Amino acid sequence: MSVRVSTESFDPGAEVNAFLKAANGAGAAVTFTGVVRSRPDDPITALTLECYPELASNQLTAIVDLASARFNLLAATVIHRYGTLGPGEPIVQVMTLSPHRDAAFKAAEFLMDYLKTDAPFWKQETGPKGTHWVEAKTEDDVAKARWE
Amino acid sequence: MKILYFAWLRERLNRGEEDVSPPAEVATVADLIDWLAARDEAFAHAVEKRALIKAAVDAKLVKHDASIAGAHTIALFPPMTGG
Repeated sequence: MSVRVSTESFDPGAEVNAFLKAANGAGAAVTFTGVVRSRPDDPITALTLECYPELASNQLTAIVDLASARFNLLAATVIHRYGTLGPGEPIVQVMTLSPHRDAAFKAAEFLMDYLKTDAPFWKQETGPKGTHWVEAKTEDDVAKARWE
Repeated sequence: MKILYFAWLRERLNRGEEDVSPPAEVATVADLIDWLAARDEAFAHAVEKRALIKAAVDAKLVKHDASIAGAHTIALFPPMTGG
């Protein structure tokens, strides 16, 4: 189980390959990468993530432990960046390893749902209209609640 | 003890951290927020909607009824938007 919180950029492909190399014949790996979104109707030029690194590390470790126990994972990795990122840059990577795909898919969703509401990062978007803090979404609370 | 502020709470207060020495009767996170609000109007205004203020005691996420006895660092912040 591994957790990384950093301002450094990461290479999602390289992370997946390294994760698979350590898979040792397990049947199912699910990998998810969250990237900075910018749409033509809602363009953004930068996404800045503020972080409380000490708490983030504690929270991510607790969330990964929770997922591992609940879904009997063989391995799980969460990588989360903070600092200022541009459109298309990776923010977060979640990777889960299990004997079968059902648990690997579910665990990846579980991890992302928990990250959204329980990991101390705060997003600020910059676009043509200026800079604003991204508001926490009720859908994210609902998504997390379905696991409780 | 040291208080850390993040995101829009930090911006509204115009400071990321401060050192405070609350009296002994300030026993919980909720007491601390009340005590800070009583001495600073800007703070009182920023934390008006208490449900929007989350807290951590020594880098552990807690609810407002958590004890702050013996704590070194308390963090106060808006709902998290990670992932």
